[in-house]
Amino acid sequence: MAVKLLLEKAHVEGIRTYDVYRREGGYRAVEKALKSMSPEAIVEEVKKSGLRGRGGAGFPTGMKWSFIAKPEGVPRHLVCNADESEPGTFKDRYLMEFIPHLLIEGLIISSFALGSNATYIYIRGEYAWIPDILEQAIAEAKANGWLGKNILGTGFDCEIYVQRGAGAYICGEETALIESLEGKRGNPRIKPPFPAVKGVWDRPTVVNNVETLAAVVPIINLTGEEYAKIGVGRSTGTKLISACGNINKPGVYEIDMTISVEEFIYSDEYCGGIANGKRLKACIPGGSSVPILPANLLFKTAKGETRYMNYESLSDGGFATGSMMGSGGFIVLDEDQCVVKHTYTLARFYRHESCGQCSPCREGTGWMEKILKNIDTGKGKMSDIDLLWDIQRKIEGNTICPLGDAAAWPVAAAIRHFRDEFEWHVLNPEESQVRNFGLAHYADAREVVA
Amino acid sequence: MVIHIDNKEYNIKSGKNLLEACLSVGLDLPYFCWHPAMGSVGACRQCAVKVYKDENDTKGRLVMSCMEGVKDGLYLSIEDKTAKEFREQVIEWLMTNHPHDCPVCDEGGACHLQDMTVMTGHDYRRFKYKKRTYTNQYLGPLIHHEMNRCIQCYRCVRYYRDYAGGDDLNVFAAHNHVYFGREKDGVLQSPFSGNLSEVCPTGVFTDKTLKEHYTRKWDLTMSPSVCNHCSVGCNTIAAERYGELRCILNRYNGDVNGYFLCDRGRFGYEFVNSENRIKRVIIRNRAGEASTEEELMQHLQPLVSMSKIIGIGSPRASLESNFALMQLVGKQNFYQGISEDEAHLNRVCIDVLQSGSVHSASLKEIEQADAVLVVGEDIWNTAPMMALAVRQAVVKTAGAEASQHVQIPVWLDSAIKELAQEDKGFLAVLNVSASPLDELATHAWHATPDDLSRAAFAIAAYLQPGKLQADNFSEELTNQAKAIGEALKQAKNPVIITGVSSYNDNVIKAAFDIAASLNTAGRKTGMACVMTECNSMGLALMDAPAFNHAMDSVRPNGHATAVILENDLYRHLTPNLVDNFLNKCDHIIVLDSLHNSTTEKASVLLPAATFAEGDGTLVNNEGRAQRFFQVIPNADTQVKESWQWLWKMQMLRSQKVNGHVLHPDELLQKMETDMPQFKGITSVSPGHDYTIHGERIPREPHRYSGRTAIQANKNVSEPKPFYDGDSPLSFTMEGFKGVPPSWAVPFFWAPGWNSVQSVAKYQDEPNGSLKGGNPGVRLLQDKKKENADLFFKDVPEQFVITKDKWLLLPKFHVLGSGELSGYTKALEVLSPELFAIISPKSAEALNVKEGDMLQLTDAGIAYGSLPVKVLDNMCDGVVFVNAGSRGTVGMNWGTRINLAKVN
Ligand SMILES: Cc1cc2nc3c(=O)[nH]c(=O)nc-3n(C[C@H](O)[C@H](O)[C@H](O)COP(=O)(O)O)c2cc1C
Ligand code: SF4
Ligand code: SF4
Ligand code: SF4
Ligand code: FES
Repeated sequence: MAVKLLLEKAHVEGIRTYDVYRREGGYRAVEKALKSMSPEAIVEEVKKSGLRGRGGAGFPTGMKWSFIAKPEGVPRHLVCNADESEPGTFKDRYLMEFIPHLLIEGLIISSFALGSNATYIYIRGEYAWIPDILEQAIAEAKANGWLGKNILGTGFDCEIYVQRGAGAYICGEETALIESLEGKRGNPRIKPPFPAVKGVWDRPTVVNNVETLAAVVPIINLTGEEYAKIGVGRSTGTKLISACGNINKPGVYEIDMTISVEEFIYSDEYCGGIANGKRLKACIPGGSSVPILPANLLFKTAKGETRYMNYESLSDGGFATGSMMGSGGFIVLDEDQCVVKHTYTLARFYRHESCGQCSPCREGTGWMEKILKNIDTGKGKMSDIDLLWDIQRKIEGNTICPLGDAAAWPVAAAIRHFRDEFEWHVLNPEESQVRNFGLAHYADAREVVA
Repeated sequence: MVIHIDNKEYNIKSGKNLLEACLSVGLDLPYFCWHPAMGSVGACRQCAVKVYKDENDTKGRLVMSCMEGVKDGLYLSIEDKTAKEFREQVIEWLMTNHPHDCPVCDEGGACHLQDMTVMTGHDYRRFKYKKRTYTNQYLGPLIHHEMNRCIQCYRCVRYYRDYAGGDDLNVFAAHNHVYFGREKDGVLQSPFSGNLSEVCPTGVFTDKTLKEHYTRKWDLTMSPSVCNHCSVGCNTIAAERYGELRCILNRYNGDVNGYFLCDRGRFGYEFVNSENRIKRVIIRNRAGEASTEEELMQHLQPLVSMSKIIGIGSPRASLESNFALMQLVGKQNFYQGISEDEAHLNRVCIDVLQSGSVHSASLKEIEQADAVLVVGEDIWNTAPMMALAVRQAVVKTAGAEASQHVQIPVWLDSAIKELAQEDKGFLAVLNVSASPLDELATHAWHATPDDLSRAAFAIAAYLQPGKLQADNFSEELTNQAKAIGEALKQAKNPVIITGVSSYNDNVIKAAFDIAASLNTAGRKTGMACVMTECNSMGLALMDAPAFNHAMDSVRPNGHATAVILENDLYRHLTPNLVDNFLNKCDHIIVLDSLHNSTTEKASVLLPAATFAEGDGTLVNNEGRAQRFFQVIPNADTQVKESWQWLWKMQMLRSQKVNGHVLHPDELLQKMETDMPQFKGITSVSPGHDYTIHGERIPREPHRYSGRTAIQANKNVSEPKPFYDGDSPLSFTMEGFKGVPPSWAVPFFWAPGWNSVQSVAKYQDEPNGSLKGGNPGVRLLQDKKKENADLFFKDVPEQFVITKDKWLLLPKFHVLGSGELSGYTKALEVLSPELFAIISPKSAEALNVKEGDMLQLTDAGIAYGSLPVKVLDNMCDGVVFVNAGSRGTVGMNWGTRINLAKVN
């Protein structure tokens, strides 16, 4: 049985309530942190833990915290990014829904460490039922003295507010989130200034993912050093993976990052293998914006080494033959899935979610969507594939925020690894409407291995 | 500093971004979202260049040139293949949804998008799908909306909201369907909306008044001109075709209006084309018109030869015309055609500005102020572009302060905006009533002019504690004075703005006392005094007595002839006063361009040229003399500049042989010799015989379609182009090619730059001076610094509200208060109706409510009755009447009148 730091108690009867959570050892970390540690010491502990941001970019959290500016007399804010809108990613929802007090506990400690007296949870609008759960947890925490004025007699005041988004994916990007939180249109800002210097209402701000902030609780309980021993290399601690697609057991799994991708897919502890006895075709290991990998590059890297479920291994080979850990949205495609249609679906999503601020993303995503739709419906031309490649290449790296990249990468990876499938669609416009390209020459990775 | 662009070295000023650097050395680089007055946001991604670490770096990095600052020794490439391809790609992206409807687009031929498309070389469209479409909106009578053409550069909303402070235009929706417009159809509320047509790089927002008589921009005959509609004197381009004025465009002047105009200025031109124009000589009580000039002269001969001839000058006529009138009638018989009160106030303004202790501030200087105090002048409505400059001062100061600690360059608008958020620089507005400027103000306070002057005195007293004794002020006033005084004292470049429209000289004097108290060893405080008309300052500088004295100079049956120059006296003066005067005169010669109440009284009415048909010089409130040039050729009409008519009359009167052709430069020379206060007036522009390498400056761009057959019904031979003997500009497309001197820029154009963005090629640097210096000559020369005496030793007297005497003041309206601009239908629609405007408390005291009628009487003068309008945020004891709009009459502004409810 692998270590579980976040979800271990998630299914204890009544864990959503304060009493049960507390009985199960909850709020011990707050007690420890506020009573026996200084804010600096907490930041130090998080640094030692090697915790990397779970929102997608994987930036070391302790380091991010140490960047926060501390001008005299200016309030600072912690913002919890619960906008989770990346297709395939639903781990934060799971955590908030089943064990909300864990997030609240993490938020109190992190707020104390950062000096935030007003902390915000910015939550995706479609998660309509979660704010009530969070607000209930906040109220309970407050009633029990973990929030409000002079917490535990330390002189530290803290309130947590839940702010609902209106359903825009872009509002998960931290600067767009800040704009939205300020009541403005959710357009990403250009950096600098960075949020750590000028964030919400011009005040130093740290934005962290739900899972990142929840992970602070076990870090404090275990110490950073102990936390860092879990996992491997720079992938320390545990990671929540939301697995979906053509697998037997879709769901949210907490893994330590030493297991292999193969184990993750086929072990009954996790995905339980491909559904309906089908064969594996491809997988997007880290949420819709990371590159798709064909089965033959999924279990083994290009160098023939085993691929593991961690930051380094998943990105081994760069974009040419690797992918990314991203936000942990693990999407599995079986032999019946069409990569062209799938890419079109993603392109449609990114086109719709572009904020419309910068030309490459705003116009490029719309154009890519149209081309992909044409190819998918049998109206494509060979030159369209090159055109797609050209458009995505010019979007990448040339936009204001990373949504442009996020829209370009899936298209690039699909063409890179499945060009023959695109060509087949173009060459067989009618057949492609009734029959799937299937695996073609991609054998199931297990067959390759054998 | 030195930077390397495509392996050539250039000297660049520090503090610029790479795009500005490239443009300032004359290189071409495409851009959309960056605007010289608004800075960078990095949205369009059109301006990409390669930047290299050092000379050995061959790979480089693609950056947006508008988003990176220059660094000494930097290497960049515009020509790099990746950069070029990327820029071409950006255009291709933008074009995927652009309708390519140039042939039916008003922007066509003067379109930044066209220019940039050509510049990047994008010529083949790989996009094969349907374009997205939008529904257009009705935005009022001034601006036309065609959303399909939008390339989403965000300039419009940045201009309208951030720069001009409007809030009814915004960006809606998202992704590739963002929409720029209003929440719903309706008239754009900002009085600066017209600039959208120049800010928008494509044909989304265009000039609706031009659309009504559309002409391609390249087919316009254009002249450098000066706005006629207020005392700010913004520089404009007047544009004509087939004898009709088609539109007004902005003419960049780095010291005055910069890139923008107000809507009164941009759209107020239609009076020139009005049916109400006086096009022919009219001699009353005489059958038939004077058909020949000879006949007219015969008729005029006895009139101008009368022993008593009185000239009434005009605050809206050129210096040349006013001076020619003075020449005709003699200095002792020349009077300003304005009330004694107004003339006195203008005089006070000139005195303070020339005292040597303050500096007359240009709009540019106001824009750069770090603290502004406005006392007793509703500049939003009387000097709109000055209000816009104040807004920039307030916003930019906040931005500069916010950016100080984080090392963000001032041009990085996206960051500055986030940093400054709602912060504002210091602005205090002390006025009779509220205006939109109050929203920006740190302090906004409403009081009667007397009380405003007391407040101003209190501030001066705070600044000169030893000298001035401030007692008996309320605690509120004392605290406010302290706060304002302190903020002004802390400022490096404070500016004090006041004006004549509160009809109270104490206001101006007290404002001066503040300014003078703020002088430091290094600089004089900037001060601006707003006047009422485009040449109020010029007329005032002529230092003639006011109209009231003209009255006294004619005895009944004194056999006098009055010559009234371009002035509807009934607008400036009470009707009884004007009637009295005119009744005393035997003959009344009126020169004007439009029929009005005064022209009705004329025995001889002479058709005067408007700014569009003549040349002339105006002096703005800064004291800057600026020249405008004729744009409509008037070869075969009787319309002449007033100074020409007056010269002819002078010839008649002096019985000289009328052979000499007078040039305006001669008039100015004589003026400069006769009146030392006009020293410098001849250097505003050179004389009529000026040429560049023997060539005159063409008013028509070389892209002009050529002369057309439009006149072929009259004569199949092509008519000879009108010859303009008065100025160095020609009515042709031939002549000097290239950038003309800054005073003579009829249009902006450069190879590859057909839109207004071509102004960059006429400037030293973006947002800088025009090459060779901004045009205009400041007549109020900066004297050596002197510490002139303060006006007040003691507190000015308090205003006492009485129930039966109400202080009568004019209420101006930004679009409605121009005599001439009122002839633009669109503006007339947007002007307010006439009301008697009072505060809620006053309404209570008078026992009236909104809609009731009030009778206005002033010591026997019955002004008639007006409907009541109750205005919050104005002081008690005052009654405003809408002034300046068409149909209003002159009133004794600033006096106390009776109000009575009409039952
Ligand atoms: C288009 C876009 C969407 C994003 N959405 C989310 C999101 O829903 N949740 C999240 O935690 N981070 C999201 N991010 C990442 C955030 O910008 C930010 O990096 C993250 O919240 C930082 O938290 P972490 O350091 O804890 O990962 C998104 C980024 C982009 C560019
Ligand atoms: S990349 Fe897309 S989402 Fe990001 S700022 Fe540009 S248009 Fe908006
Ligand atoms: S309407 Fe014009 S200014 Fe506004 S975004 Fe579109 S193209 Fe730019
Ligand atoms: S009316 Fe005044 S402010 Fe407006 S454009 Fe004309 S001169 Fe400028
Ligand atoms: S001009 Fe530089 S990004 Fe638009």
